[in-house]
Amino acid sequence: MKRLNMEFGVGLFLLLGLAAFFYLAIRMGDVGLLRQDGYTVTARFISSSGLKEGAMVELAGVRVGKVQRIVLDPERYESVVNLAIEPGVRITEDTIASVRTAGIIGDKFIKLTPGGMDIYLADGDELLDTESSLDIEELVSKYIFEGGDTPQSD
Amino acid sequence: MFRAIERLGDRTLYFIELWGQMGLFLFTTLASLLRPPYQLHPILKQIHFIGARSTLVILVAGVFTGMVVALQFYDTLVRFGSVAMLGSAVALALIRELGPVLSALVVIGRAGSAICAEIGIMRNDEQIDALECMAIDPYKYLIAPRILGGLIAVPALTMIFIVVGIFGGWFVGVVLFGVSEAAYFHGMYDTVVWHDVWMGVVKSFVFGLIIVWVATVRGFFLHLDRSGVFGAEGVSRTTTNAVVFSTIGVLVSDYLISAVML
Amino acid sequence: MNHSAQPLETPEAVDGREPVIEVRDLVSHYGERRILDGVDLQVRRGEILVIMGGSGSGKSTLLHHLLGLKRPSAGSIRLLGSELEDLSKKQLYALRRRMGVAFQGGALFSSMSLRENVALPLRQHTRLDEETIRIMTRMKLEMVNLGGFEDLRPAELSGGMLKRAGLARSLIMDPELLFFDEPSAGLDPVVSAELDELILRLREALSMTIVVVTHELESAFGIADRILVLDQGRVLVTGTVEQVRNTDNARVQDLLNRRPRNEPVDAEAYLRRLTGMRD
Repeated sequence: MKRLNMEFGVGLFLLLGLAAFFYLAIRMGDVGLLRQDGYTVTARFISSSGLKEGAMVELAGVRVGKVQRIVLDPERYESVVNLAIEPGVRITEDTIASVRTAGIIGDKFIKLTPGGMDIYLADGDELLDTESSLDIEELVSKYIFEGGDTPQSD
Repeated sequence: MFRAIERLGDRTLYFIELWGQMGLFLFTTLASLLRPPYQLHPILKQIHFIGARSTLVILVAGVFTGMVVALQFYDTLVRFGSVAMLGSAVALALIRELGPVLSALVVIGRAGSAICAEIGIMRNDEQIDALECMAIDPYKYLIAPRILGGLIAVPALTMIFIVVGIFGGWFVGVVLFGVSEAAYFHGMYDTVVWHDVWMGVVKSFVFGLIIVWVATVRGFFLHLDRSGVFGAEGVSRTTTNAVVFSTIGVLVSDYLISAVML
Repeated sequence: MNHSAQPLETPEAVDGREPVIEVRDLVSHYGERRILDGVDLQVRRGEILVIMGGSGSGKSTLLHHLLGLKRPSAGSIRLLGSELEDLSKKQLYALRRRMGVAFQGGALFSSMSLRENVALPLRQHTRLDEETIRIMTRMKLEMVNLGGFEDLRPAELSGGMLKRAGLARSLIMDPELLFFDEPSAGLDPVVSAELDELILRLREALSMTIVVVTHELESAFGIADRILVLDQGRVLVTGTVEQVRNTDNARVQDLLNRRPRNEPVDAEAYLRRLTGMRD
């Protein structure tokens, strides 16, 4: 009886631990146990600075997917970002993908701005129009220093 | 002067010896796992002792840690008008640092000290010699189940701690301070990635190993302790040593893992 | 096998029984300190050898060497026909299954009942079914007069009972060779005498070879076939009870008559020994 109690306790404990782990892994880590049958498209950026794997992909303010993988293209020195798009969301070929920030110090995410074409991307296709992350420091220095440089632009 | 150098040399040699002893100890234990008999019940018993019986403490510690972290972050974030990030901040702090470290400290206090004292008393009372003489490998019979138990129980406790902490943070943030529930959880789900969870998991495994390893090795080699104090006093000294040593081990390795994985 | 045809190495083996333990020129150190200094010893099949000595004589260390728990600095130990130094861990464990050891305080596991303690070697080394294990455990416990105490835990037993329970555990695998560390230490004379009786009965009934380590004269003379007296890491005398009783070695006579050591105590040397420094 005592031994049964012990085994029951251990079983319950391990179940709790596993449940906690799966909650963290699936809800937070987005580990695809509940694999959705969406599709992935690729987008190239000059810089995806601040963007992380798992970040949101938004279209018209609605979440339509997430960033799956970010790798460097070693030849063109560009950031290659794989976007996992939910099934049922069709993306036109002339859609613009831009790296945006939620608020001033919030998370980076990908904003998709659809164009007007009626050709849609399929799994593995590439988005051609992209805008890189806006770097606040760069913006600020641009205004300060380029302001004094105007004579040169002649 | 000469004496100081001699002392330094002596201490250096002692530390090399200590590390060698610890390494060999772990190696012998792991090697013993490969030989039959393979018994599950002793491991369950250790999971019960290290894990199941620490659950209540972990639940309480987790809830309050989550609550205080949420309180602190809320107070900071509200000054930047970024209260929507509360969920992310609490979850990241718990998953990457506080969950693994605080769970480890709870386990050191509850189980690490007890394991060290238990093994030390067995050494004192010739029970380990008796095992040897009965042709039962003490590494396999005593140490291996404890190490495996720690490797399973500590990560499980850590995961429980984190999840409970997240809900403790929810209570303070959402219920007490009126942060939107959607912002709390969705901010969290969007910010935290698998790599963060993975870091917490790796840490909890390493901590589990360190805690049980230090506790068992100190108790097991009680008779070789160079203070030469045995008996009840030796056990109490060794237990204190093990607690200090494993606490430092956990904190140092925490930094190293963070530095490597961030 | 014709024993008398074999070349006999020592006059002690003349009575023809094979030696079960042979120790030659054993030297042992603890750190810098020399504990054993050239110990020779022989135990023949079926005999009871008592290793006697005061505290600090090195008798516990000698026992540890015989059990293979400590490696000698020099010298050789042959146990049941194998050289201890040459054995792998596996071979050593195989050898140990043929011997039993009863420790001073019983060395029972406090988390288990008496039954589980005694049954432990059976569970680890055999595939016997529960019923057989129960019966064998009960038999051994009854042999040491502990029948009916199976469900008690070590914490609920007295010192003498612990010793007897430890003895039962050491007998569970029916060893050829039994070691008994301090059977009478800390026991009242009556219980101690009972235990001596038990040792003699065991030898009769199971024809075991028995090595007893003790500091008690009474007990040593009562059970020994031969006695080995150890003092400060050296063998003072070996022989039958009669031979030891009648030896003219002054140190042995001092021990027998419980006279304090008459050598002047060198305080300096004692201090150095305590602090473990070289002299």
